[in-house]
Amino acid sequence: MRGLPLAAWAYVCTVVALGTSCIALSSFDHMDWTTLAVLAVLSVICESVPALLSSASARVSLSYSAGLASVVLLGPVGAALVGASAVVTGRRDVALVKRVFNGAQFALSGYLAGVVYRVAGGTVGLPSNGSFPAIIPPYVAALVTYVAVNLGLIAVILVLVEQAPLWGFRWGPVGQLASGQLAYGMFGLLIAAPWGVVGPFSAVLVLLPMFIARWALEQTQAQQEAQAATIAALCQAVETKDYYTRGHSERVSRGAAMIAREIGMRPDRVGAVRYAGMLHDVGKLGVPTKVLQKSGALTEEEFAAIQLHPMRGLEIVRDIGFLDEALAGIMHHHERMDGTGYPMGLAGSEIPEFARVISVADAFDSMTSTRSYRPAMSLEAGMTELRRCAGTHFDPALVEAFVTAVERDGWTRPDPVAPPEGEETAQQDHDDPSVPLRVAGEGVRS
Amino acid sequence: MSAPAPARRRTIGQALDSAQLLLSAVAGLLVIGSVTQVAAVGVVDSRTAVLFGALIAVGELLRMNVPGNREVAPIASAGALGYALLLKVGAESAAHSAFQVVTVTACGTLAGALPHIAVGRIPRLDALARRIITPAVVAFIFRPVIDSSLRAHWPALITVMVLTVILSCVVDVSVAAMIRAEAVRARFGIALGDEIQAMGPLCAASGATGMLLAVSTFVMGPAALLVFTAPILVTQVAFRRFAGIRATYLQTVRALSQVTEVGGYVEAGHSRRVSRLAVAMGRELGMTEEELLELEYAALMHDIGQLSLRDPIPGGATVLASPQEQRRIAELGAGVITKTGVLDEVAEIVRRQSDPYRVSDGSAPPLASRVIKVANAYDDLVGDSADRDRSAAVLERLRLDSAAEYDPTVIEALGHAVDRMR
Repeated sequence: MRGLPLAAWAYVCTVVALGTSCIALSSFDHMDWTTLAVLAVLSVICESVPALLSSASARVSLSYSAGLASVVLLGPVGAALVGASAVVTGRRDVALVKRVFNGAQFALSGYLAGVVYRVAGGTVGLPSNGSFPAIIPPYVAALVTYVAVNLGLIAVILVLVEQAPLWGFRWGPVGQLASGQLAYGMFGLLIAAPWGVVGPFSAVLVLLPMFIARWALEQTQAQQEAQAATIAALCQAVETKDYYTRGHSERVSRGAAMIAREIGMRPDRVGAVRYAGMLHDVGKLGVPTKVLQKSGALTEEEFAAIQLHPMRGLEIVRDIGFLDEALAGIMHHHERMDGTGYPMGLAGSEIPEFARVISVADAFDSMTSTRSYRPAMSLEAGMTELRRCAGTHFDPALVEAFVTAVERDGWTRPDPVAPPEGEETAQQDHDDPSVPLRVAGEGVRS
Repeated sequence: MSAPAPARRRTIGQALDSAQLLLSAVAGLLVIGSVTQVAAVGVVDSRTAVLFGALIAVGELLRMNVPGNREVAPIASAGALGYALLLKVGAESAAHSAFQVVTVTACGTLAGALPHIAVGRIPRLDALARRIITPAVVAFIFRPVIDSSLRAHWPALITVMVLTVILSCVVDVSVAAMIRAEAVRARFGIALGDEIQAMGPLCAASGATGMLLAVSTFVMGPAALLVFTAPILVTQVAFRRFAGIRATYLQTVRALSQVTEVGGYVEAGHSRRVSRLAVAMGRELGMTEEELLELEYAALMHDIGQLSLRDPIPGGATVLASPQEQRRIAELGAGVITKTGVLDEVAEIVRRQSDPYRVSDGSAPPLASRVIKVANAYDDLVGDSADRDRSAAVLERLRLDSAAEYDPTVIEALGHAVDRMR
């Protein structure tokens, strides 16, 4: 936070001043200090649970519910004080200026939500038998205010420290964040409602299942990462057989994901295409090493063995339930737009989208990697070659999407490799459209 | 040989384990008794009863399987507990009896289970029985307390409430552990530990929500049922996702472990047979569920190191390869697994799989490695043959080697496991 721009400093000071004055200029008569202390402690505890999750909705802290419960139980001033308690978070990694800003903006959000709650006709204090359902409209108004003020104040600071662009701001994650916050905020009412009956125990009863849910989500996240890492490691193991193709799966996976994002696929499908790219050549293991490394023309049988590898790959991964659409991508990644590919000879739009995406990234990585029979092509030459084959071999729209994405984000080529002396290496590459496979008696095949 | 006799007894008992049978009988009698009693004295406050019954039915409809193939219905459990602990609805005191709680729970559960049964998903009898018995325990303890003088002492009443819920969790988990111990032939202590780990968080969440339902009806009346189930709903969604990813991860490793077979490095089905055998042996040796999962991963991937070999070992049987070769495969395999960055224990198991049991420097390989070594040797020598003589001969041969090469207790476990799997 050293290099904070001047405007950001001014903004932080303003927010802190506003937050402080909200609290300082109010009267503290009729304040229920016990409830206040309990809610403040609760808010700090919730705030201190490290948010390890990457999904936007889960990053929302549960302290929202404490803040909103205080709106109902304590009114604007109490809510501001509970919000200000965010200054003392248990997280050591948060810089002091961030904590102070956080405390101030939560105090402001709480205060304004409290005011709105009152104006909308809500009664401050313990909800009783007759409070429902009349309490719900003012509560919702307070909740919306709280979330809007909170997000607004944070959005401004993000823009000021230039972590987010002012124009072209991505609203998707913010929407997700807001809905998560609104949902968590509703739990504030659940905490407040039985407070008159069981006191602070109601917070325990509401938040225990939430913490357990959070734990389960963390486990889920860890398992997801473990799964991705395991698939990547096993694919690498499959590649070790051939010196030149190491890292190929990883790069195809990345390239396929770039295309998928470029053409605007949904995030879950991008994830699936990433897996499909990773696993596309797993069936190559079923092709005998001596066929893969043969230098002369292939016999019909040997060519058939190579043609079979997408099916062998499918055989291996068929039982993995979540792959679904990725399976089609793996099976058909050597089909060509003109219908002369394998294993089925599908043409045009008959070829599953995933397969068309993978085949572009697959061929590009093959061409721009070193092979024993030729040096690596430059990226430009690779793209020219892709464009040349667009329409016959590749889907032109996907080729263009890929070229755009590579020109913008770049492409990491493998380091030029020189295999150790005596290591036998592949003499041709079935993925390489610029040098088609040679099959005895029939000229060339791709 | 006396081995066949116990094996036959087990096959008859397999479908109907005695503990499971006993539990279902208790639940059945309880339900019949309660329904009769309620029919005789009539239903108190039928509106609340119907509302809670509906909540339980919805929860039962949304039941799910959590890791370890455990059937749970957290929302239904929370609803039943809430009804058992109910004190007041609005200003009215809740005067229903424990028998009525059991009746409402049973009716709700049945109503929620019917759609599942209609599409052929039969509920697990023991899990179903526990979902009725657990709230019944709470009801029979707590309903009489409400009528006593304790009613006026609010903190004391809350304390009793908490203690009752904790007790019900203990009963639930212990009964589940007893049934599991019998079903998978694990020791009770180990099954209990597994069960606490797997079910503890869900029990706590259901218990908390049950209490929340019971106290929130004070201020909100019956509408509380709609609103205050939100936390448990979040928990249920989170657990469902967790269970889903756990299952697909295992599926993924199972599927990808076949690469060695497709590549012609090992016999078809070798990895799966070794993993199934290893898990059966691990259970026999008293491993916990977590250890068993690691063992299964390691067993599935134990030959992954062969992928780095230029040419497959003839026949793929590592047991026939030289010790240096075996060690190299183990090292290479561990290297692959280490690259995942998350399976370090599994990598260690794979690394030590070829070490002989008696090593000169006194550091024996981990139990899981010893198990895989034996399971791998057995499968290399027997394959998928179902020939009993061959299996017995191989067992005998491994026993002879067991002083130096194999751990004798692991060989014993192999004997039991092979017996059981027939």
